Parts: sequence; C-alpha cells; structure tokens
Amino acid sequence: MCGNWNGCEPAAIVNKFTRLKAIAAPLLRINVDTDAIIPSREIKRVSKVGLSDGLFAGWRYTEPGGRVEDPGFILNRDPFRQAQILLSGLNFGCGSSREHAVWALAEWGIRSIIAPSYGAIFYANCARNGVLPVILDNDVVEDMARQVTDEPEQHLISVDLVDCTVTAPDDTVHAFEIDAADREMLLEGLDAIDVTRKRDDEILAFQARDRLRRPWIYL
Amino acid sequence: MSGKSLFEKVWDEHIVVPETDDAPAVLYIDLHLIHEVTTPQAFALLKDQQLSVRRPDLTLATMDHSTPTVPVTTLKDLEVVAEAPAAAQIRAMIDNCEHFGIELYGFGSEYRGIVHVIGPELGATQPGKTIVCGDSHTSTHGAFGALAFGIGSTEAAHVLVTQCLLQRKPKIMAVTIDGALQTGVSAKDVILALIGQIGVEGGVGHVIEYLGNPLAGLNMEQRMTICNMTIEGGARAGMMAPDAITLEYLAGRPQAPAGADWDAAVERWRKLPSDPDARFDREVSLDASRLEPMITFGTNPGMVIPVTQPVPTDTGDPSFRKALDYMQVEAGKPILGKAIDIVFIGSCTNSRMTDLRQAAEMIKGHKVADSVRMLVVPGSQSIKAEAEAEGLDEIFISAGAEWRESGCSMCLGMNGDVVGRGQLAVSTSNRNFEGRQGVGARTVLASPATAVASAISGTIADPRELNRH
Repeated sequence: MCGNWNGCEPAAIVNKFTRLKAIAAPLLRINVDTDAIIPSREIKRVSKVGLSDGLFAGWRYTEPGGRVEDPGFILNRDPFRQAQILLSGLNFGCGSSREHAVWALAEWGIRSIIAPSYGAIFYANCARNGVLPVILDNDVVEDMARQVTDEPEQHLISVDLVDCTVTAPDDTVHAFEIDAADREMLLEGLDAIDVTRKRDDEILAFQARDRLRRPWIYL
Repeated sequence: MSGKSLFEKVWDEHIVVPETDDAPAVLYIDLHLIHEVTTPQAFALLKDQQLSVRRPDLTLATMDHSTPTVPVTTLKDLEVVAEAPAAAQIRAMIDNCEHFGIELYGFGSEYRGIVHVIGPELGATQPGKTIVCGDSHTSTHGAFGALAFGIGSTEAAHVLVTQCLLQRKPKIMAVTIDGALQTGVSAKDVILALIGQIGVEGGVGHVIEYLGNPLAGLNMEQRMTICNMTIEGGARAGMMAPDAITLEYLAGRPQAPAGADWDAAVERWRKLPSDPDARFDREVSLDASRLEPMITFGTNPGMVIPVTQPVPTDTGDPSFRKALDYMQVEAGKPILGKAIDIVFIGSCTNSRMTDLRQAAEMIKGHKVADSVRMLVVPGSQSIKAEAEAEGLDEIFISAGAEWRESGCSMCLGMNGDVVGRGQLAVSTSNRNFEGRQGVGARTVLASPATAVASAISGTIADPRELNRH
C-alpha cells in the first residue's frame, strides 16, 4: 500500500531521508503542540519504543485516555493510516521539548511534515531522527490538502531532499529551503555527536582559553 | 559598526567553531541541567556507543517531572506512591547519574526541586553562561543574563558527550516594557499580555531581550516568571541584562563564584548589557501601566484576555472554535464568575518565595471555597523549608489547601497530581494545552493573586476585588 520509492519500510526510526512519494494526511490545525502530538501521560517511558500508541492520543481515541479509535480522526481513516507525510498549520510542534513527539510520529510511520512553520526544538529533533520538516507557505499547504482529500492513494505527494522540492498531486513543483547542515545530516544519516567529536582539538583549545578568562566555571 | 547586544556578547564568547553557510556554530555549554523524563534515552545512547560524559561537573541533575509530591525518602516509598512507569524513570535517573558520575539532587537532598528553580537557587545559573536542558522552560535562566534554551534528548546526549551544541545564530527581538504595574498586576500578567500581543508563534526564530524601566523594579523571581514563559511566545530564549538585583541574588550562593573569582566575574558581568547602539532584528513595546490581571480562555497561552473582559468574538477560525468548545466557554461572554474545581499554585513559572508569600498573605483569614481543591506545590525543597519557617504552610493548610513536596506536579500531571476530566482549573503554570494537566482537563492560566482570589470565591475572580474587601 505504501508509495515509498524504495518500497515499504518498517516504521522503525531511520536516520536517512532522500526521497519519498507517499500518501499525505491533512491535519490543518494551527499551533499543534507537542502535548497534543503525545500527552505527558504517554511519555513515561525510558525507551523510544512503543510511543506511537500515544500519538495524538487526545484526538485519536474516542475517550480521552482510552484506546478505542475515533473514526473521525484523520489518521484512523483508510488510506490515511498509511500516510507517511503530514500536512499541518503554522507553528507545528510548539511547546514542550519532548523528543517523544518525533519518536512517536516516526514510529507510527510519518517520514515528513509539511507546514508553514515549526516550534524550534521540535524542528531540531526532527532532523536528528530522519524526519524531514518541510517549510512551505500556508496557501500551498492548504492547496495540497485539498488535492489529497479525495482518493489520497491516487494523489500522492513527493518530497525530494536531493532537489529540495515538493511535488503536489497536480504536478506543481514547490521548492523549499532547509539549512545545509540539516539537509546533509538527513541525506547522509549523520550522527551529530560523531561530527562534533571530530572537533575535539578545538573544544580543548576553547576550554584552555576560557579557563583563563572565566576560572570560576572550572572549579 | 553598531554595538553588540547582550545576546551577541554571550553568543560570541561561547563560539568553539564559527558557523559557516554549510555548518552551524559549535557552541560551548556552561551548564547542562538534566531531569528524569527527557534523559533516559540520551543516557541509553551513551551506553550503546560506550561514550562518557565530558563534564559531569557542569551537569546538574535533579528529579522533578514525574516525581511524587507526597513525601518519599526511600525507593521503597516510591514503589508505593508512584505509578510503575514514573518510578522506572526515577530509578533510571538514579542509576544513570551513578553510572556516569553525575551528582544528583535526589530524594535525600535538601536542594532537590524543579530544575529551573534549583539552578538559580544553587547559584549555578549565572550571567553570561550558556545553559541548556531537555525542557523548553530553560528560558527561565535568561533572567540572569544567561543564554538559556530547551533542547531535545538527542541534543542532550550531544551535550553530555561533547559539552557543545550545534547551533545557528537566531535573530534577536527587543521587547521594551514601559510604565509602572498597577496594584494587583504581576510579572505573570506582563508575560501573558505579551504572548497575547505577539501570538504564540510571534517569537519563532528569535531570542527576546527584555528592556525597559519596570524590569528594575522586579526581583529575580518575577524576572524569571517573564523569561520562563517567553518560550510560549515562540521565542527560543528570553534574556535580561544583569544588574545590582541580579548580583545581590547570586552573592553567597553555594555554586556562585566567591572571593577574587566573584570580583572577576562581576567585572565581566558588568560588560554584558546591550550597548546603546546595539541592533535588533525586530522591536516590540508593551505598555505595562495599562495592564490588568490576565487570564487565558482557550487552549494556548496566546488566547488570553484581561480578567474583566469577555472572550473575543468568534473569528470563524476552526482552531479558535475548537478551543472554545474544549474549554466550554462562549465567544463574547465573560469568564469572570465561572465556577472552578481546582486551583494549582506551583510550577517553574510561579512556585518561588515571592509567589508563595503573596498567595499566603492573600488567603490568610479566608477559606478555599468548598467546591474547590487547592494544591500548593513549592518549587524546591529549599523553598518548602523556607516557607515552613515563615509559617506559610500553616496558612495554606488552615485555609483548606494542600501543601506538598516540591516538583512539577499538576503543571503537566505526570506524577499523579492531575486535574480531573472536564474539571476547570485556575493554574499558575505555563500551558493551557488540551489535556496538559490531565485527561480532558481544562486550564485557565493566571497569576498567583488571581488563583488565590479564584480559590476563595470558587469562581474565576479578579484579585483586585479581594483586596478591596
């Protein structure tokens, strides 16, 4: 069912992102906060596994706190259950820093989000978990949401991180901008810790310099 | 060439590797605060890759988010009072700190408390520092002239291993607050009004520097309240230049510099305020003299009105309507006088001595309305002890409120302290998101004064009315 160019991948967290052609689910609300993406009662875990059960728990289930799916919620409807792209409104992922929000989205199967703007911490968390946050104008997002509403499996959206473009179901191509380092991290599946550890000489030099001017930091 | 802003001065001093078009800056981190909810996965990453913590001495660890606010002295107590998943997070924190050699302000510690309360209390929060934590309200520490912001768990692992973060330089927004605050109006009302003015996405991409005369009249705790909720306006961090009040607060604290170090530190800190010709990417002003006590009516902190005003008229926006439906409030109607179920005084926004003293003074001689449950949760064990030494606990208890151990508690309802389904809470915390304080909970954010006035009347109330009687 999934339209991934590389075939269906299990919904495990992968750190690489190149291209994706997939069903997109419209969730056109503004200011979707990370408490909505996964409530705090759902993040009492010491691992990243199993968090997708709590994804959008307040909206996805008929009873708040329950596990009976509300058929009215977009991600509970076929074929949006197979969606790998989420379309949403401005300031997506605002609020709490909880990376659990990205882990839950990724485990559920979301590989890319398209929205006009994001909460800063959420945005950074996405890039570190192989989830591509695309920024496009609200008009474009709303237009694409209209296009995917009927027969979503026939109206796939393509996201290409190599070319930095999104192709709408009507074949309109929208270029997007992304920080060069975030792009490389996603394309190569890089681990930022590895990248920074290679700067150890510079970190040591900084500490030596800094110790002289601010000795009280180094007690 | 223009002068430098406070932010630029702190930023420039922490550059290990400058940013380029291709790569963000490598920024040195002076203080990493950690707690039990956002670090288990970070420590797991270190263990998987057999990495160690570079600077345990710059890592300050405590337990607050899922920690019970009923007395716990042993792990056996924990099993009794905490849900199993919450207890597992706490046990993981204890084990991880031991494994990696990090001092933990845990159950036995007189300094344990909310991470953003104890950093300043210990004197670990200082002007000019870079401070991060896996918690968005890390912006609190900006009140001292630090650059402080929240990060994710993977970034927390990055800091644990390298003591650095990869960061792009943000834009800077100057917010000038002018005019004196009226009686009954607090720092909480200032920040709620600002978020209402700029919107919850208004500060995206920016660090805010606060300027203006009223700041000089605010103590450190009130300044922390403003910087704490700066994140709710979308900004990454809020900063205020250090002054005499900052120095007075810090002097003599356990982790503040002492002796010759103190003098040298103060000399550096005095140079931190923005130069008169510093340039900002955006400037906003707020007239504080016209402010009234503020309350939220919707499901984000930007949906806020003066307590005497009606809920705005319906804009036709579906998100607006959804929020009003969730809150069970009507467009165009006041919510003053609406019956409430819960009052929560606490959280990293409003749980410090200034807040507790004011709340106690107002509630003294009154009773919490029969229909209301009121919970008072001090921000740290130190605050709890200080409040008890002043007899504040007895004032709260005799008024009918519950007096607890420190922690995040009902702000996010992870530790068993929750607002019940459909219940309406007036809360001094920072987020009124759907379900934030419990499944189906409805939250009205307000100052401690408004919360106390509401607890006494059993309805959403104007604190200035209480003062008149």
